[in-house]
Amino acid sequence: MKIFSKIYTALIMVFLYAPIAVMIVFSFNSARSTSVFGGFSLKWYGELLHDSSTIEALKNTLILAVASSVIATILGTLSAVGIFQMKRRFVRASIMTATNIPMMNPDIVTGISLMLLFVFVGRLVGAEDVLGFGTMLIAHVTFNLPYVILSVLPKLRQTDPHLSEAARDLGCTPLQSFFKVVFPSIASGVFTGMIMAFTLSLDDFVISYFTTGPDFQTLPIKIFSMTKRRVTPDMYALSTLIFLSVLILLILINIAQARSEKKKEAAKR
Amino acid sequence: MKNTSVKNIKQKNYNPIICTPYTVWSIIFIIVPLFMVAYYAFTDKTGAFTLANILELPRYAKTFGISLLYSVEATIICLIIAYPLAYFMSNMKASAKRMLSMLIMVPMWMNFLIRTYSWITILARTGIINTLLEKIGIGPLKLINTPGAIILGMVYNFLPYMILPIYTSMLKLDHSLLEAADDLGASPFTRLRKVILPLTMPGVISGITMVFVPCVSTFYISQKLGGGKTMLIGDVIEMQFQSAYNYNLGASISLVLMVLILISLAVMNHFADKDDEEGGGLII
Repeated sequence: MKIFSKIYTALIMVFLYAPIAVMIVFSFNSARSTSVFGGFSLKWYGELLHDSSTIEALKNTLILAVASSVIATILGTLSAVGIFQMKRRFVRASIMTATNIPMMNPDIVTGISLMLLFVFVGRLVGAEDVLGFGTMLIAHVTFNLPYVILSVLPKLRQTDPHLSEAARDLGCTPLQSFFKVVFPSIASGVFTGMIMAFTLSLDDFVISYFTTGPDFQTLPIKIFSMTKRRVTPDMYALSTLIFLSVLILLILINIAQARSEKKKEAAKR
Repeated sequence: MKNTSVKNIKQKNYNPIICTPYTVWSIIFIIVPLFMVAYYAFTDKTGAFTLANILELPRYAKTFGISLLYSVEATIICLIIAYPLAYFMSNMKASAKRMLSMLIMVPMWMNFLIRTYSWITILARTGIINTLLEKIGIGPLKLINTPGAIILGMVYNFLPYMILPIYTSMLKLDHSLLEAADDLGASPFTRLRKVILPLTMPGVISGITMVFVPCVSTFYISQKLGGGKTMLIGDVIEMQFQSAYNYNLGASISLVLMVLILISLAVMNHFADKDDEEGGGLII
């Protein structure tokens, strides 16, 4: 049984990583093909560094991800605190339902519904081309918000409400009591939400595809337009680099988690 | 006197203003866009009311059927693959658990376009599998541009979304219940059927929704691995918005897709555990 479970797990890992392995191998291909391996070469990595449109797309992707995750985190944390303190059940339930809509709706519907809004408003004000960085930023903030709210809310439920009352009794202003008492206890949730928002925004293709204009290209959109034609190995080289950075990031998070778990165990003893 | 002071504290803490920006945001960018879809679906290019877009829908009945069929198949395959894996994982050592859940998450963080594209290299006529098959004497098989390839692409892309929620609910299993089942003479199969399955149902339900919804609305996988011969509902919508520029027809198809998904979710929720507010385990 033990051996069977190990073989089974290994087979699924092979399935999950086969295309990634293919991608890494062919990124070192000396030939201009993604199906026949001609020999080892690093030339596609070199070409990547000289491709200004790819660098530009990478820059755009990062700007968008940072901006949208910061806005979503601030707005989301504020609203999570507001929702948590809300007394009227009906209002609270309707806001939570609205929050769940972008998570439940398929990306393509979220994308086209926002696009239709932008196009409609654009037509109203007589603007020719409204789609671009601004519309994309709005779209990204919109799909990031639920993830921030849903990672902050559980942390708020765990905090002791009397603490902030105590702070107020001892003379803190509402703002002070928020930053000195409430925020430290929900900080981990805020951080998780921000990381989640950042990575979602970094990787999003479908919603971006419908809400962007011709002037603003992110990496996923560039990759899409490249795969419409034949893909050259430089896209594989780029993806290999992304793969490595994701892997390193996750390993670091993992090590940090393992350490904090060990510390907790040590504290228990 | 005491009551009023308690009330005062509560009132001081309660500040409805901080929620307003988000409320406004969600009305403008979540609720209104949905109405925009309905508005476009029921109007023509000039903005006049029409039912023409809705009446054109029966032409796409077959596309809807194929999309549903492929998504259901892909979801079932994901469930069959993921459930045992989640079970095995939940019984491993802590370090192995961490390692495996990381390995499952890494592909999710990578661009799905490129990962789907690499399957072409594996499945193509001169691809890796066919080269291997030819070496052992089996002629080249037609793997790419088939319905099977589309379903494979769906399973490959969305499998992690099935594994992780089920795994989370497996972790929450109370092991004393399993021991109790053993002590009371349940066979491993009975234990699985009567104890493990019902308790992990919330994870299964959220896994199914997280796989089914993206499957039924996908448009890239079918274009690349299906060779553009098989149109799925996502392809039709994408075409209306990005090449045919018939927003009104595209909106009416999206409206139907949305209703379809809402119905499926309602059916799923009917089976789901209602008091589990966070679902079976929302993951990244």
